[in-house]
Amino acid sequence: MTAMSKPILQLKNVRKAFGTLAAVDDVNLSIGEGEFFTIVGPSGSGKTTLIRMLAGMEKPTSGDILLHDKRINDTPANERPTCMVFQSLALFPHRTVGQNIEFALKIRNVDPAVREKRARELMQQLHLPADYYSKNVTLCSGGERQRVALARALAFDPQILFFDEPLSAIDYKLRKTLEKELKDIHRETGKTFVYITHSLEEAMVMSDRIGVMRRGKLIQVGSPNEIYSTPRSRFVSEFMGDVNVIPVEANGAGSVRSQSLGASFKVPANSVEAKAQCLVVRPEFLRFLDTPAEAQNSLKGILYNEYALGSRIQYQVRVGEKVFLVEKLRQQPFKGKLDDEVLIGWDPENAILVADE
Amino acid sequence: MSGDSSFLAQPGRRAAIPIMVLLLLGFVAPLLAVVGFSFMPPRTFGLWHEPSLENYERIFSDNTYVSLLWSLGLASLTVVLLALICYPVAYGLVRVFGRWSTALTLLFTIPLIVSENIRLYGWVLFFIKGGVLPGTLKALFGVEMGDFLFTPAAVLFGMVYVYLPFMLFPMTLGIAMVPNQMREAARDLGATRWQVFREVELPLSTPGLMIGSLLTFVLAVGAIAEAKVLGGQRIIPITHDIEIAFTYAQNWPLGAALAVLLMLVVSVLVLTVLKRFDLDQILGKR
Repeated sequence: MTAMSKPILQLKNVRKAFGTLAAVDDVNLSIGEGEFFTIVGPSGSGKTTLIRMLAGMEKPTSGDILLHDKRINDTPANERPTCMVFQSLALFPHRTVGQNIEFALKIRNVDPAVREKRARELMQQLHLPADYYSKNVTLCSGGERQRVALARALAFDPQILFFDEPLSAIDYKLRKTLEKELKDIHRETGKTFVYITHSLEEAMVMSDRIGVMRRGKLIQVGSPNEIYSTPRSRFVSEFMGDVNVIPVEANGAGSVRSQSLGASFKVPANSVEAKAQCLVVRPEFLRFLDTPAEAQNSLKGILYNEYALGSRIQYQVRVGEKVFLVEKLRQQPFKGKLDDEVLIGWDPENAILVADE
Repeated sequence: MSGDSSFLAQPGRRAAIPIMVLLLLGFVAPLLAVVGFSFMPPRTFGLWHEPSLENYERIFSDNTYVSLLWSLGLASLTVVLLALICYPVAYGLVRVFGRWSTALTLLFTIPLIVSENIRLYGWVLFFIKGGVLPGTLKALFGVEMGDFLFTPAAVLFGMVYVYLPFMLFPMTLGIAMVPNQMREAARDLGATRWQVFREVELPLSTPGLMIGSLLTFVLAVGAIAEAKVLGGQRIIPITHDIEIAFTYAQNWPLGAALAVLLMLVVSVLVLTVLKRFDLDQILGKR
C-alpha cells in the first residue's frame, strides 16, 4: 500500500456492550482504500464482535461506523457493499461449488449464463479445477472449501472483504500457502481486505497494517515492522512471538535496574519513565559473549537447552530463576555445550522499554 | 450343511440366534400369516385352502376401496396441514429458544400420556351441541354454531391434533440443525429475509420436514379412533374396515387382504419419497 490512501472505512468511538461487559470499547480506526488491514488479538479480545459490526451482523451500542464518509451503523448486512468469509466458511451444503460461488449473483437475478461465466473465471483465478463446478461442496477438501468461500465472496464484488479467522482450522503447511495466495488475490483485485486472526505470524505475512486488540480496546496500530520492533506495551511485545521481558524500574538517566536479577542495564536515556516498565530484548538481539566488554549490557547464565528452528538455533539460558532465549544463525560458530556457564549480552539500542501492561 | 456350520461358526451370529428366533416368530411369522390369509377363500379360518384372489377382487367390486381412499386422503391432508402449522411454530421455537427448542418440543408430547380416546372424547364435549364452544358462543353472543362434530372436518381436526407432536419434533430438530452462520452468510451475500428462507433455511430443514411427514403419514393412515369418536362413523377409514372384517364379520381373509393392500400402498409411498430425497446429501454428509 502506498502511504495512507483515502479512508474507506472509519470507526469513531465504536463501542459494543453485552450487558455490562464492553466487548468492544471505544475503538477509533481508519482503514484506507485497498489496504490489507489485520486485527490481531487473543480469543475474547473483541475482534470477532468488531468485525461483525463492520459487516453489519451486530449494531454498535454507541459510536459511528462510516463507509465512504457515510454512516452505516443501521444498514443491514444485505444492503452493505461488503462481504465476509466466515470462520466456519458457512458454505451451503445443499449446493454445488458453482452454485455456492454464484449465490450473490443469483440473488441479484443475474442471467444464469453470465453467472456461470463469472464463477468459472473465479474458479480459475483461485486454482480450483474446472470440473469442480458441479461438484457437491461438501466433497471438497479443506483448502478447496477455503477457495470456494473466497470465490463466493469475490463474486459478490464487495468494496471491502472481511475475514473472520478463515484459516484457523487449516493445517500449518496449507495455511502458509493460502496466506500467500490471499495476499496475491489482494494485489490482483486491489480490494480492501480486513482480516482478523489470533495469529500474529499470519498477520505479519499478509498485512499492510496491523491493529492489536486487547480486552475490547485497540491498543496499538501500525505496520508489521512497527508492531514488531517498537511495541508500546508488554502485551504487544509478548504477542509478537518469543521475547525476553525483564521488569525494571528507573535508575537515573539512561539506566534501569532489575530487582530480581540484581543488575542494572543501560538503555537509551529518553525512554526511561517513572511508572513501571519492562525491558524487552528479542532473542535475535541477544548474543553470546566471550568477555563482558563485548557488549554494554551482559549477564552470566547456564546454557540449559537448545532448539533448532530451521535456519536459526534458539538457546535457553538460565540466569538464576529467569529464563532467557538467545537466537543465532545456524552458520554462526558457537562452541557452548549444555550446562556450560555462558555470558550473554546486548547493546542499549537493541532493547526497548515498554509499559508494563 | 457345511454352509450352515460355517455361518454359525462366528460367535456373533450364534449370540444373535435368540433375537433372530424372537423376531422370526413375533414379527415375520404373523406378517406371513396375514399375507397367507389374504389369499384364502372368504370366511375360512385355515391357511391350507386353495389360494384365490377372491378377497382382492371383492375389495374393488364392493366399494371397500373407498375406505382406503378416505384413509389415504385424510392422512395426506393431515400431513399437509401439520406441515403448514408446525413449520412456523418450529421456526419460532428455534429462533427464540435456540438449542433448548428441541427439549421444549418434548413438552408437546405430554398429552400423549393421556389415552387418545379420552382426549378425543374431551373434544366431543368441546364441540357437541351445547358443549364448551357452541354453548359459550350461544350464551355470550347468541351465535348459533353450525354442526362441526361428526363431519369429515372434525375427523381431520382430530388427526391434526393427535399427530402434531410427531411432526413438530423432527421439524424443530431439522430447523435447529441449520447453522446460524449459514443464515448470516446468505444475508451478507445480499439475500433478503425471504430469500434466505427460500434459498437456505427451507432446503436445509427439509430432512426434518421429510421425517415428520413420513412419520405422521404412516401414523395417520392407521388412524381409527378419530373417525369413530369425532366422525361419528360418517366416514369409514380402512382401519375400521379391517377391524370389522376380523371381528363382527368374522371374515379373516378379507381383513387380511385389506391389511396387505394398506401395507403395500404405504410402503410404496414411503419408499418412493425416501428414494427421491437423499437425506445424507441434504444434510451434507459424505
